[in-house]
Amino acid sequence: MKLDQAAKSLFLTEFIAAFFLSMRYFFKPKATLNYPHEKNPISPRFRGEHALRRYPNGEERCIACKLCEAICPAQAITIEAGPRRNDGTRRTTRYDIDMVKCIYCGFCQEACPVDAIVEGPNQEFAVETREELYYNKERLLENGARWEREIARNIALDAPYR
Amino acid sequence: MNDQSLRNFNLNFGPQHPAAHGVLRLILELDGEVVERCDPHVGFLHRGTEKLMEARTYLQNVPYFDRLDYCSPMNQEHAFCLGIEQLLEVEVPRRGQLIRVLYAEIGRLLSHLLNVTAQAMDVGALTPPLWGYEEREKLMVFYERACGARMHANYFRPGGVARDLPDRLVEDIGAFCDPFLKVLDDLDELFIGNRIFKQRNADIGVISLEDAWKFGFSGVMVRGSGAPWDLRKARPYDCYEEMEFDIPVGKNGDCYDRAVIRMEEMRQSTYIMKQCVEKLLKAENRGPVATVNNKICSPPRAEMKRSMEALIHHFKLYTEGFKVPAGEVYAAVEAPKGEFGVYLVSDGGDKPYRCKIRAPGFAHLQAMDFLCKDHLLADVSAILGSLDIVFGEVDR
Repeated sequence: MKLDQAAKSLFLTEFIAAFFLSMRYFFKPKATLNYPHEKNPISPRFRGEHALRRYPNGEERCIACKLCEAICPAQAITIEAGPRRNDGTRRTTRYDIDMVKCIYCGFCQEACPVDAIVEGPNQEFAVETREELYYNKERLLENGARWEREIARNIALDAPYR
Repeated sequence: MNDQSLRNFNLNFGPQHPAAHGVLRLILELDGEVVERCDPHVGFLHRGTEKLMEARTYLQNVPYFDRLDYCSPMNQEHAFCLGIEQLLEVEVPRRGQLIRVLYAEIGRLLSHLLNVTAQAMDVGALTPPLWGYEEREKLMVFYERACGARMHANYFRPGGVARDLPDRLVEDIGAFCDPFLKVLDDLDELFIGNRIFKQRNADIGVISLEDAWKFGFSGVMVRGSGAPWDLRKARPYDCYEEMEFDIPVGKNGDCYDRAVIRMEEMRQSTYIMKQCVEKLLKAENRGPVATVNNKICSPPRAEMKRSMEALIHHFKLYTEGFKVPAGEVYAAVEAPKGEFGVYLVSDGGDKPYRCKIRAPGFAHLQAMDFLCKDHLLADVSAILGSLDIVFGEVDR
């Protein structure tokens, strides 16, 4: 036993074994991605940048029920509702999300009864100033228009589990 | 020759030191290279979580638990949800329990992978963390596929979990397990047997079992000193009772033992994950993943859009939440770092009256002075690494 140990420490066995092991890993296919050009797939449940959606006929989905404002743990959402319209429904006059406060917990999209506010698949919305992260209704609706295809697909894929 | 007055050298270790594992500031009093006194200053990451919780409903508080120990987010949520469930006296459906155990073990892998390999980095080996990160990436993808976020999951809910897992995901987790065991063997070969790693860790930061209990240690820190103490066995929660796994126990209570125990615990966690996957795919374990009581868990979306009753429940839950009967409860889970406990006091309202979070890292950090005394300066980072400190939970 003693001799065995002495031989091991003399011949640096664990160093050599580890060296060959790391050489094996060295020649394995790379695990890294060339990021802006290659991306990992993301799941339909991904919670990224917020978007406000419209119905296919162009009508805003949001009915100013303010559930998202109520559940938001970080109090990042501010809503002001307009007067009731002729068809008896209401719409928001103001819908602001402070993306700096937001903790991306996904409660707003869970709470929304009409799937109006969703956290879309976009995660690349880095900006240079804080002010650009104070999203207003216009910006959110624009996001909704831009990402509608992906968002609709994700909601349809995840529908059996919600 | 006249007397010279000598004084010890004071050194600030951190808060920007990379081996400080976050925002720890240690004030080290050095006699040459020997540490005479070690004074941890904490609080750089204090966010007042416990106070913030008093102003939020129980449901709204869940995401804040992810942000305590951000190396294993779901284990923290687990403790909070267990506490609420004990006060509410609700039962989690079997599938919900299995999913929770599966993801709690994934959390353990996440935390131990980071800790063991970062420990190797603390003592000079730079390859292990890269290999560890590769595996963590795969696990984070499992997190993301289940809940939509790679770290701040917000997946466990009072009464169960947020959504069911697709079968594809469960199968993928099952397929991850066996290759992962191989990677663990490779990591073993890469640095656990390495003489430099042994020299830097063996007989460093030794703590006897008696002292470990006195400092309020738990988890790997007491298991390293020889106590087979694990809450998953001692006070099983959810469906840990039916899982088969062993508790690795150390002999010497030094940094090396703790690293080896963490490696072995990862293997045991993988066995538990395999058992969960097998059970989740069985037909008898299908069903709801959260309690069907709509006063606590929101009804399925399809039902909410059809039924007036369900819509009312939905609105009530997302505005005022649910009321929890008055009482006090202590719920603890075996988080990767040790016993993570939540002491919850309810006054019968929809918000916690008071919530005390028992973070294992805080108890471990207070032994820094005891452990570092008479060690060399270079050993401080090895000891700190083996304590497994994460500042999200220490500073809260």
